[in-house]
Amino acid sequence: MNLSAKLLIVVAALGLAACKNPDRFGAGGGAMGAGGAMGGAGGFGDPSDPRSAAYFNQSVGDRVLFLVDQSTISDAGRSILLGQAAWLNANPSYGVIIEGHADEQGTREYNLSLGARRAAAVQNFLISQGVAPNRLRTVSYGKERPLEVCSNEACYAQNRRAVTVLQLGGGV
Amino acid sequence: MKTLLNLAAFAMIACATFAAPARAELTIRLTDGVIEPMPFAVPNFVDEGGAGDFAQSIARVVSANLVGTGLFREIGAEAHISRVSSFDAPIAFADWQAINAQALITGAVSASGGQITVKFRVFDVFSGAQLGDGLQFSAPAASWRRMAHKVSDAVYSRITGEGPYFDSRVVFVAESGPKNQRLKRLAVMDQDGANVQYLTDSTSIVLAPRFSPDGRRILFTSYVSGFPQIYLMDVATLQIRSLGAQEGTMTFAPRFSPDGNTVAFSLERGGNSDIYTLDLNSGQTRQLTNAPSIETAPSFSPDGRQIVFESDRTGSQQIYIMPATGGEGVRISGGQGRYGTPVWSPRGDMIAFTKQNQGRFHIGVMLTDGREERLLTSSFLDEGPTWAPNGRVLMFTRETAGAEGQSQLFAVDVAGLSLRPVPTEGPASDPSWSPLLP
Repeated sequence: MNLSAKLLIVVAALGLAACKNPDRFGAGGGAMGAGGAMGGAGGFGDPSDPRSAAYFNQSVGDRVLFLVDQSTISDAGRSILLGQAAWLNANPSYGVIIEGHADEQGTREYNLSLGARRAAAVQNFLISQGVAPNRLRTVSYGKERPLEVCSNEACYAQNRRAVTVLQLGGGV
Repeated sequence: MKTLLNLAAFAMIACATFAAPARAELTIRLTDGVIEPMPFAVPNFVDEGGAGDFAQSIARVVSANLVGTGLFREIGAEAHISRVSSFDAPIAFADWQAINAQALITGAVSASGGQITVKFRVFDVFSGAQLGDGLQFSAPAASWRRMAHKVSDAVYSRITGEGPYFDSRVVFVAESGPKNQRLKRLAVMDQDGANVQYLTDSTSIVLAPRFSPDGRRILFTSYVSGFPQIYLMDVATLQIRSLGAQEGTMTFAPRFSPDGNTVAFSLERGGNSDIYTLDLNSGQTRQLTNAPSIETAPSFSPDGRQIVFESDRTGSQQIYIMPATGGEGVRISGGQGRYGTPVWSPRGDMIAFTKQNQGRFHIGVMLTDGREERLLTSSFLDEGPTWAPNGRVLMFTRETAGAEGQSQLFAVDVAGLSLRPVPTEGPASDPSWSPLLP
């Protein structure tokens, strides 16, 4: 094994360690759902491997967006979640934490509740498509972890999201 | 945390030593109208031995407190004709009348063996009368700012007839880092921003700390477990305990009952948030609301019998009041827009809230039946008011827009006077005012 292969393993192990704790923000990392250890640039695994987390994040789609103050799954969101459910059913070794987020246009407590509603909407949809409930957990970040930082609708639309974050180990 | 322990051990010895000869006429009536600030003078206190910088520092803190209310305007030393070189020397009232100072505060400080003693008098310059008795305080020198706050409270209360509030603290969230990766830690400071102490590090997101009615404990929400849950901190020892997390649920928005024995909070399960209470002695929880809508931000009435909270059961956030034992609740907010984060005034007469309307955020107050709504602020994002112990001043979070947007603490008088930033070392949010210190 050459050095770069060893480094890859170390990096992967660090990524997994981070995944065990859904509060992945304190040490300076980004939100998992915002392009953290398993998603986004760098990815986790080979995005051309359909069983990889990188494939899930990039090709299946790890997030759905919501209208202002809404937690109803849109048609576009429904199509992404159908893909997520199919992928999760085919890859039972992964558990999931669903992060619910809100844009900054709301009070802190209300946005925590709203983020929880969005995460639960995704959770319920995935369960309805046959994903085992014990593989799914939810966490709301309210408005604490915006993905985009501008203060207009272009950013807000990206921040009103629920992100399906994969975890290795089927039971969360 | 040494200073906190010092504060806990702080024993203020106060005695009325200088009887006031006559009842003075000097008063400010706090009404909703515009008030012309009362001009006053507070010359540096007289050094009666070993006072050093305290003679000046204490007078400056007193001035800053009074001016910060918006009710007073200081006439600075450069305009003074007379000097107060002896605490007991007769006051040359004509000299203070000539510069149009309506109130005069004189004081003296002495220090020995790590203790300082402060005494002061307040005069109505135009009648020449002393306003109330003179007072004398002794305390460890490290608590000199508290002595200045005690002097400020006495002056403020005598002139306005309102309760004191300067000798109090504020727990808040100190923020750093970029908007999409904000670091948050709990901190506590004097109400004027001095004596900051950090209570947690920033490895986990912490939100919305709340002081107990005795100021010794703090409720807050933390992501330390990976999921938002409520915790209780002992301020003196910094010990933290979880208030009973259940797998698969989120708990948040905790607040103490007036007797400090019960915590009202929100619990979310399956995407639905309702309000519960937890008896801190027995550990018993009780569900107060049971609706598919969002019920959160509970706040007790001062008599502990009712809870004001927010709900979106009609489709948008509105404010309701229910018995502290639970129930349907009666809606009190009725204007345009959305209403959240209600907090009951310590006087019992008003509810402060956050209002969102037409893309703006406001801090406002209304009577407990929803009448006489008044908006005190307007900005891109104002939220989360907390009452000063006397029910006259609100502190809240103001956040600016955009990628570089940051949070800052602001205070405003309940009459809408004197909106001002509260100085903190860095960005700050989620203030909660302590009771008046003992």
